[in-house]
Amino acid sequence: MSSNAIDNATLLSIYKRAALIKANDERARKVILSGQIAMVYYSYRGQEIIPSVMGEILRDDDTLCTIYRGIHDMIGKGFPLRELWAELAGRRTGSCKGKGGPMHLTYPPRGIMVTTGIVGSSAPIANGLAWAARLDQSDRVSICTFGDGASNIGAIHEAMNLASVWKLPTIFVCQNNLFAEHTTFEKMTAGGNIASRAAGYAMPGVRVNGNDPAEMYLAFSEAVARARAGEGPTLLECMTFRFFGHTFGDDDSYMPKEQKSAAMAADPVPALRARLIADRIATEDELASFEAEIEAQIDDAVAFALESPWPEPDDLRFDVFEKEIAA
Amino acid sequence: MSAPATVPVAKKPTVTILAALAKAYQDIFAEDPKAITLGEDLADPEGGGITKMTKGLSTKFGDERVRSTPISEQAIMGAAIGASLAGYRPIAEIMLMNFTTVAMDMIVNHAAKLRFMSGGQTSVPIVIRTMTGLGFGSGGQHCDYLEAWFAHTPGIKVCAASTPEDAYGLLRAAYEDPDPVILIENLPTYFAPMSFELPDAGHRVPLGKAAIQREGTDVTVVTYARMAVNARAAADVLAGEGISVEVVDLRTIAPWDRETVLASARKTGRVLVAHEAVKQHGVGAEIAAVINEELFGQLKKPVKRVGGAFSAVPYSKPLENAYAPDADVLASAIRDLLR
Repeated sequence: MSSNAIDNATLLSIYKRAALIKANDERARKVILSGQIAMVYYSYRGQEIIPSVMGEILRDDDTLCTIYRGIHDMIGKGFPLRELWAELAGRRTGSCKGKGGPMHLTYPPRGIMVTTGIVGSSAPIANGLAWAARLDQSDRVSICTFGDGASNIGAIHEAMNLASVWKLPTIFVCQNNLFAEHTTFEKMTAGGNIASRAAGYAMPGVRVNGNDPAEMYLAFSEAVARARAGEGPTLLECMTFRFFGHTFGDDDSYMPKEQKSAAMAADPVPALRARLIADRIATEDELASFEAEIEAQIDDAVAFALESPWPEPDDLRFDVFEKEIAA
Repeated sequence: MSAPATVPVAKKPTVTILAALAKAYQDIFAEDPKAITLGEDLADPEGGGITKMTKGLSTKFGDERVRSTPISEQAIMGAAIGASLAGYRPIAEIMLMNFTTVAMDMIVNHAAKLRFMSGGQTSVPIVIRTMTGLGFGSGGQHCDYLEAWFAHTPGIKVCAASTPEDAYGLLRAAYEDPDPVILIENLPTYFAPMSFELPDAGHRVPLGKAAIQREGTDVTVVTYARMAVNARAAADVLAGEGISVEVVDLRTIAPWDRETVLASARKTGRVLVAHEAVKQHGVGAEIAAVINEELFGQLKKPVKRVGGAFSAVPYSKPLENAYAPDADVLASAIRDLLR
């Protein structure tokens, strides 16, 4: 699909958000390797275009339920970097006061309501947020993201059925990165196509190239318009590729080398950058200066995180319930 | 006005736990536009639920607020959690307690933990209503008491009532609580008239507060749900034998009312903990352990526990009768404590 389908300003904006998402992942891996922050990290490198496009279209009041490999989704939705990094570092200044960590990041001011470490569990909760939107008579939409692996767990199917029979404004965004943990998509997913499963739930199911900004933009816009108009849910299967292993640092020899190197050679973020320059949408200097700004923002966020205080052991007593209850 | 009866006629109770809960639903919905409910068959086209507790509710308050669902417990719990994150106050019915097992991820990993994991940014003020209890010959998958699983989970409160007043007051208080509460309802005692009047709309039972349902001086029985009904019956029988039994109905199983339990245990020096759930690793073990920690040396006898057998709930009537303590078994256990 041609990038002409969306205007230049939008394309540039999608690039900028994707560049931030990519840079944040690169920094996270660097920070882990340097020993500055110890965390279990699920790299999303290679999947940046999908959340960048979502961020382009969604409003702050639209809600997101994402998963443990979800920091790209959150940055796409506008998670502030300082609160993000302080949470990754387990500090009291983190969005969740260090109590949630990378797998449970939450930031309601930007609609980032739930991050779950349980495969598939984003979807049933997204339906509740969608129900609330309708009770509020709001046209806000409820997004849940999940991977191809989650397409085989029951929660997703219960949620898709309920969303369809209740005609909820839920958008099911499956990011098919071709690996469920260590196992290939084709080996464990019957039918070889997740979007086609939507037919069983009487909702539109669309498979798109999630790495193509224009294709992703059109498909996601349509799903959002449908949901805002009260016409019900959509399942999007966004094809992409995860450049690294399931958990950062794992032995990723289960990923065929040729497949991985081909995907990395087609890295969607530099590809979009090159296109912006070739089509004279932006100059090399403009982009380089924007990228330097991003690095400075991340520098600031990491420094803020590392300078922030750790939680106190006593903090365990709070936020279990609204009021502290003596054990 | 009718003339006073010349012969006093004993007034019979008419109010059931079911009627009290149905009134609580009506009162909550009439008072709070944020009240919503969902569950299998709850709306009027489906009959207002298997016990008809919510009959009339969807007609009166609309089918957007009162929703029947597919038989999809994860979807039910997820929808309740999500709506609560956006400011609504869902009451989610998981018809039978055994069906919570297929929604444990939503309840344990999400409802109970989101407040903590988000550092207090979000909260899940939902009520999970669920029915259970042996007596209908339903066998092993429709009547378990699984309260210990939830009591063991930080972030969720666990309640059970044994009178219509408490059922009403607990549902109202659970609804107003800022955190998730699971209200366990005993199905076989739902339909038994126990009280004379329906509670007023203002009636609340504060969570975490036990009730002393029979005052006594010889033995304390700490219990809840159906077993509190049995304990009251046992206390009445034993009163005829000159044994004074104090029945403490916890009403809230987690967090439980240590103060009331310990005060009663200190007074009587003899404690029986009774529940319908399997005795091993049950709530009774926690209560017995705390009494031991706090009152070692002040007790006249070791704390005694009775509970369900270490088997699945059986089908055959003699087996079902033998599975959990009835009033006779409780009375024997109390007599044992006095030997």
